[in-house]
Amino acid sequence: MTNNENQAIIALEHVVKRFPSGKTWFTALKDINLTLGRGEFAGLVGPSGSGKTTLLNLVGSLDSASEGRVDVLGMDVGKMNAKKSATLRKKHLGFIFQTYNLMPVYTVYENVEFPLLLLKEKAGKRRKAVMEALEWLGIESKAKSKPARLSGGECQRVAIARAMVKKPEIVLADEPTANLDAENSHHILQTMEQLNRELGTTFLFATHDEKVIKYLKRKIRLFDGKVAADEIIQS
Amino acid sequence: MTAIKLAYRNLIGAGLRTWLNVIVLSFSFVMIIWMKGMLDGWDRQARIDSIEWETGGGQYWHENYDPYDPFTFEDSHAPLTPEQENLWQKGKLVPVLITRGTIYPGGRMQNIVIKGIDVNQKLLSIPTARLDTSVYGIPAVVGSNMAQNSRLKKGDRVVVRWRDANGTFDADEVVITGIFNTTVPSIDAGQIWIPLKDLQRMTLLENEATLLVRDNTEAPMPAFAGWKFMEQDELLKDIETIIKSKTAGTSVFYMILLLLALLVIFDTQVLSVFRRQKEIGTYVAMGMTKKEVVTLFTVEGGMHAVLAVVVGAVYGIPLFIQQSTQGISFGLSGQDIGITMAETLYPLYSMELVISTIFIIVVATTFVSFIPARKISGMNPTEAIKGKIQ
Ligand SMILES: Nc1ncnc2c1ncn2[C@@H]1O[C@H](COP(=O)(O)OP(=O)(O)OP(=O)(O)O)[C@@H](O)[C@H]1O
Ligand SMILES: [Mg+2]
Repeated sequence: MTNNENQAIIALEHVVKRFPSGKTWFTALKDINLTLGRGEFAGLVGPSGSGKTTLLNLVGSLDSASEGRVDVLGMDVGKMNAKKSATLRKKHLGFIFQTYNLMPVYTVYENVEFPLLLLKEKAGKRRKAVMEALEWLGIESKAKSKPARLSGGECQRVAIARAMVKKPEIVLADEPTANLDAENSHHILQTMEQLNRELGTTFLFATHDEKVIKYLKRKIRLFDGKVAADEIIQS
Repeated sequence: MTAIKLAYRNLIGAGLRTWLNVIVLSFSFVMIIWMKGMLDGWDRQARIDSIEWETGGGQYWHENYDPYDPFTFEDSHAPLTPEQENLWQKGKLVPVLITRGTIYPGGRMQNIVIKGIDVNQKLLSIPTARLDTSVYGIPAVVGSNMAQNSRLKKGDRVVVRWRDANGTFDADEVVITGIFNTTVPSIDAGQIWIPLKDLQRMTLLENEATLLVRDNTEAPMPAFAGWKFMEQDELLKDIETIIKSKTAGTSVFYMILLLLALLVIFDTQVLSVFRRQKEIGTYVAMGMTKKEVVTLFTVEGGMHAVLAVVVGAVYGIPLFIQQSTQGISFGLSGQDIGITMAETLYPLYSMELVISTIFIIVVATTFVSFIPARKISGMNPTEAIKGKIQ
């Protein structure tokens, strides 16, 4: 099955995350054990404050666990130095944010090209990959526009194109539809589902949006920093 | 390389904001070079003028002569040797005899220095040819500064009193036969120039001189016993000191100009680091290390200076070329600023000046960009992504 041990692409063992809160500590994640296999289309669901974003940040090596171990692509993220974890993100991880986080001064094309510049890809290869990604998302016609001139749905598609252009192993998406209307949300989820199917990219969402949840093939329910349920939806 | 490429893209993408900074910075560039070029031009001109009007290629001073102590003049003169006279005849030396005196222009008494110089000399620019010996009385030429202060006009007659070698007072009348404009105050203020022969006769110092100006060449010149040779550079030291002190204020002015420009960049950078938090977080999420982000922001700041060089060149180069060939005209008279300046100044824009200014500004801009950029290292990327840090 998808979460077969030897195919694990993300593995968390006894993960605890504490944040300083005044003089004491606030425990946002409490003993999380979780394995994701390659090509999963999974989501962390749960109420606000349940720790979804916190967990996603640990997997994205943007933050480190207080206890336990986080493995991504077979590497212990907690043991990586800043440079190694940056390389992991650069080469293997794609991020999609609730607020899109596009570079305002870049055109759509430049935004999507950005991860390839970091990877020092050759110009010809970059152009091909960017055009392809824009095509996947149906935004070729916006290539020369700046983000300020796009609608929210278009912005999020640019963000997805940017996350997908380097064909990463894992895409981490935190509330990708929170600022979108129903139609745009469906469109975007269909696109991501298709990319998951065609490229085998592993997707991990954090969401409490029912529209997103409907598409998930695996729902990992978080409650109060703990995994409350973990269900695989058979299709 | 990636940092340079991205920085360039970011700056061009930011559009107007970048160009405003670049224009401010280029303006300070051009102003600094312009002012410095003007001062260098002034300095150069003052040197050339001093050489042409006063110092020549150096001077032999009678061993007792001290130009700052007029009381030494009585004892600082000696007869010319045949060798010196020979060099004088060949135009390689010009003897000058100096003594103290008093004139009475318009009934007022004024202490002056009387300088006797060969009427036929060609070595210095002092217009000795205008010492018209055919007039009744002693012909004299004065600088315009002296003329103005003593209210002397061409053709004026004024009584002069002096002491001869025996200490006896004597008096006569001088006729102003010429007034000359010079930028060299030390041959103008408080003195009159008369024919050497007349002064020698008046002071009973036949064939004597106080100093000998040599020609401005590299030709070897013998040493003369009882005379000390003053190198050209040593004689020019005074004028350079004056210029330095006059230009110190200007240095302050362009330091302020530079600081203002740097402040603009610093401000932009501080704002950037805070306003672009989300962008910074996103850079990190996409695989840049914080160090790389700091580098990117620093390069962005420094690149303002590089763009400013380009923009400054567009309007600066034509301006500099125009000014250094046509010169800058000043309407003001020299006395207003305390030192005589040429009416038309040719600024000197040396390669060295341009390159050192560019270097200083690029380095300083990069440095002030680095200071706020350093803050990025302390940011928590998960917070920065949300743009939440205050
Ligand atoms: N940097 C932090 N410092 C202190 N507390 C934090 C920090 N980040 C998160 N928390 C706390 O940890 C808990 C989990 O936060 P998290 O952002 O993971 O929730 P979430 O499930 O993503 O919620 P939401 O659906 O509202 O985004 C919250 O109670 C939050 O206040
Ligand atoms: Mg969240």
